[in-house]
Amino acid sequence: MASRLWASRAASYLRISVFHRGFSSVVKDFKYADSHEWVKVEGNSATVGITDHAQDHLGDVVYVELPEVGVAVTQGGSFGAVESVKATSDINSPVSGKVVEVNEELNNSPGLVNASPYENGWIIKVEISKTDELKSLMDSDQYSKFCEEEDAKH
Amino acid sequence: MTLPQARKVGLPLMNLVKFKGIPILQQLCLEEKLLRTSSDNWCIINDGTNAPTIVMGMSGKPSELLELGHVLQDQIPVIRRFTGGGTVIVDHGTIFISLICNKDDVPGVLPYPRSIMSWSSLFYNEVFQGIGDFQLRENDYVFGNRKFGGNAQSITKNRWIHHTSFLWDYEAKNMAYLKLPSRAPEYRLARSHTGFVCRMKDYMPRTVFIGKTVQAIENYFTVEPLNLDADSAVHDTEFVHSTNLLTKQELEEACASMHK
Repeated sequence: MASRLWASRAASYLRISVFHRGFSSVVKDFKYADSHEWVKVEGNSATVGITDHAQDHLGDVVYVELPEVGVAVTQGGSFGAVESVKATSDINSPVSGKVVEVNEELNNSPGLVNASPYENGWIIKVEISKTDELKSLMDSDQYSKFCEEEDAKH
Repeated sequence: MTLPQARKVGLPLMNLVKFKGIPILQQLCLEEKLLRTSSDNWCIINDGTNAPTIVMGMSGKPSELLELGHVLQDQIPVIRRFTGGGTVIVDHGTIFISLICNKDDVPGVLPYPRSIMSWSSLFYNEVFQGIGDFQLRENDYVFGNRKFGGNAQSITKNRWIHHTSFLWDYEAKNMAYLKLPSRAPEYRLARSHTGFVCRMKDYMPRTVFIGKTVQAIENYFTVEPLNLDADSAVHDTEFVHSTNLLTKQELEEACASMHK
């Protein structure tokens, strides 16, 4: 599938670890929520997006509803939405904190979420308020297994 | 125990609410509130709406989708709804069927648009069995290559809504308020609105359609009829809707932006 090929090429170029498990790619050092968002944590700062599994299942994203900078987010709570295939789908935050930046590029190029879910398709950056909550997130191996199990049920 | 009774054992409950001719804004506000704040399954049926109204999807831009000069002149209300998808103009000839479900109550369906629509096409296949070459075609409900039902969805963490506006009948002059959309399914082949859509009344009586839909729901859910006050959903101060009626000023500004 195009998304897997893109992920491989992007990974080689960027020298990030990408493991292909089943149908979707993951990034080794990121954390993952069971609602299929990823978070890259650097100190108290988090970058959030949706996973390759999610973008593949959603289809072509035609619009991203971004939150305002400064709003609060809570772990598991929705902060925005993507539109694809006549559906709006909530995006939920894997962390609690304050939105400090949004990816304005997505206003003109919502397809970045499909083409580059872990890099250029990032959605928000958050100043984390509760680092303890990170423990409840999955690592890349756990998330890959979670995706396989979820897909196998259907 | 008879076979129909055996099938119903263990099916999740779905509340069935039937309206006739309520304003589409009320219906949409109610649906958004039920999706976000209820934990029940719901089927909302609105048999016609009271006045011609344009309804755009979440990301709809009036300047791109509407013939704004005519819309403003004729004072046609324009709503932006909380689900995705395209633009429709609805009136007394439109039948609305909305299904709001907990994802775990529809086994085998993932909370993603194509999975939900795949299930809904099986569901409506039961309603239209043997009638008019019904199919789901590029996410539209068609008889052959003519669209008669537009559908849209909204998906939260654990629930989703799939709602459809069925063209029981329509007035060709109302289609003139809508531009040809830039995003259109391939099978449309650049046909105008009147060349692209068809009227359900040419295929099935109105009451038969609604009756068969309720029957089809009973294959998946235990149906419980319920009365609801739709008007209160619009004015509910505790729940903030994203569904909104565009103001005259917003439409005028959109119209002005086209001429810059």
